[in-house]
Amino acid sequence: MIPKTPDTIPEILLVGLNHETAPVELRECMALSETDTEKGLQDLGQVPDIREAMLLSTCNRVEILTVTGNPDAAARHVKAFLSSFGGIAPSVLDAVLYTHRGDAAVRHVFRVAASLDSMMVGEPQILGQMKEAYRMATIKKTTGVILNRLLHRAFFVAKRVRSETGIGDHAVSISYAAIELAKKIFETLEGKKVLLIGAGEMAEIAVEHLVRNRSGAIFVANRTFQRGLELARKFKGQAVRFEEIDGLLPVADIIISSTGSPDMVIRRDQVKGVIRSRKNRPLFFIDIAVPRDIDPSINQLPNTYVYDIDDLKGITEENMADRLREAAKGERIVDEAVAAFRRWYESLEVVPTVVALRSKIERIVYAEIEKTLSGWGGTTDVQRQALYRMADAMVNKILHDPTLYLKDLARYDAKAVTLDITRKLFNLDEK
Amino acid sequence: MEDLVSAVISLYLLSTACYLAYLFFQKDALHHFGYYILFAGLLCHSAIIIAVFVQTGAMPVRNLFETLSLAAWAVAVVFLAVRHRFKLKILGIFAAPAALSLMVVASQLPRHTGPVKDIFSSFWFVLHVVSVFVGDAAFALACGAGILYLVQERAIKNKSRGFFFRRLPSLERLDAAGYTCIVVGFTFLTAGLIAGFIYAKSVWGRFWSWDPKEVWSAVTWLVYAALLHERLTVGWRGRRAAIFSIIAFAVLLFTFFGVNFLLKGHHGEFTRF
Repeated sequence: MIPKTPDTIPEILLVGLNHETAPVELRECMALSETDTEKGLQDLGQVPDIREAMLLSTCNRVEILTVTGNPDAAARHVKAFLSSFGGIAPSVLDAVLYTHRGDAAVRHVFRVAASLDSMMVGEPQILGQMKEAYRMATIKKTTGVILNRLLHRAFFVAKRVRSETGIGDHAVSISYAAIELAKKIFETLEGKKVLLIGAGEMAEIAVEHLVRNRSGAIFVANRTFQRGLELARKFKGQAVRFEEIDGLLPVADIIISSTGSPDMVIRRDQVKGVIRSRKNRPLFFIDIAVPRDIDPSINQLPNTYVYDIDDLKGITEENMADRLREAAKGERIVDEAVAAFRRWYESLEVVPTVVALRSKIERIVYAEIEKTLSGWGGTTDVQRQALYRMADAMVNKILHDPTLYLKDLARYDAKAVTLDITRKLFNLDEK
Repeated sequence: MEDLVSAVISLYLLSTACYLAYLFFQKDALHHFGYYILFAGLLCHSAIIIAVFVQTGAMPVRNLFETLSLAAWAVAVVFLAVRHRFKLKILGIFAAPAALSLMVVASQLPRHTGPVKDIFSSFWFVLHVVSVFVGDAAFALACGAGILYLVQERAIKNKSRGFFFRRLPSLERLDAAGYTCIVVGFTFLTAGLIAGFIYAKSVWGRFWSWDPKEVWSAVTWLVYAALLHERLTVGWRGRRAAIFSIIAFAVLLFTFFGVNFLLKGHHGEFTRF
């Protein structure tokens, strides 16, 4: 990075837009590819007012995180960058952008990392995206002491929120809810045979989940055999003709149906007839089609379970409500982390570090003197005072050079790093 | 002795509390506590049983107190084994209270015993009693697994995912655990009955004497045999197997207690009080 304006403690500034402030058309314009991000980081790195920068772009948000000695100027630069990049008039952009500074920016970063600010609260991808954005920024060398610390804290907070609250516990997508249900019927999905009838995004995602859970053979039945073949190839399964479905009923364990058929594809008597030959093994129908493909009365047959899309939706809504309750706990963890970060941030000032260093060394020296004196016995006050004077003189002399060195640090970057190292070297932040 | 009985009851009570708390709060530490406390209770309990055996040289089934106590002991043993093998900790919400209530009822009963007959220490007698009790305890757990299965299946079928849905394991696991309990129970019951026949032969000179206890034991055995047979041939599993194992256990309870109290017979002396 080129030399930046020195001294003053800089401020953290975050400018961005997300799914709540900007409509999807606008977010589409702003979505940055990897090369865009690289270029953006390079550009922002050239701006004198911006000391550190990171660029996060997902389908739900575009955010630029910076450390700057001049927040107003930096915000102008960032907005200009976003406007020129997305080809959007500054006035339009202004309406959807949010700007956070200091603690508010820190809180925002923590909340985003912990998936508290996500459209689907608790979804896990955002953390990975954020790590990637950070990695990119470190490669481009646009991060420094402050962003490094901030991001590492953010990853830590995210981990804590995930493990200490139930924010990611239960499925909030239809396909995933179906898989969770399947796990309540079958102990393991390993080796379970799957029949996919029809096609469709949700059904295919559900099959992907099943494959990830190491399900067994996959059969794909489609009215157009060609399409079935394509899907079967995708899942390394086997395409079958629509008429062959009957023959698979005794074999399959999980049947996912998503056809455009106006009539029922599988009727009650078809299933009733195979229960015996299945030896009563459980059979789970996931009916994602509207109108429905699977006769709902099949649910009344023994060891057979039918869930249609409304049932699954009901589950995801319940789970979402649970997540939001858990998110409140997550906010408390974020609050704590913001306060802790503030303490560290303030420690970047020279004086508190010098004071902390001195008091730590004094504490050690005095404690040792007392320990030694208590073993001697019969020392006079004069002797004691002399000993303490000597100790003070030694502390002063030892601390003289380091104190001067720290106070003379002019350039902000070097100062922040050195103060940070000093605090770590002497473990000044111990609780 | 009385101190040990109180210790066993307190430990079983604590274990029950832990398991119930686990059901509500789902904290892993709770079921671990429940497990170890139950194990400690079982050790004390074993000490009581062994003490009687050593002192009198007879199986401690000389009155209802000792019989119930042995039943509680068997439930605890089988549960710990199942828990160890299947990691099916939730069954603790049946096993611990079952052992506890058997012990509490037992402790309220008089302790005096009739004259000890030397046949009480016969090998076949000991084998008969221990096998049958372990078998019965396994059936009790199968019944517990069956109840849990019905609760969980109801939740899934009715799409009303309430309190139990998240807390109970999958249907297949409950079914498999119930099935194993029945296989184990059946094996022990069969061995126990055979030992009983041999013992009867040595005492009364005949294997079978149409005593109500014998008849009902045979009925119980046949009921479980039918359940196993259906499962192996046509694959009776899930809901039907669960209901059947609950009914079968009711028959077993009648054989165990009902026959002694209502029909009399040559097992009456074991449940005297």
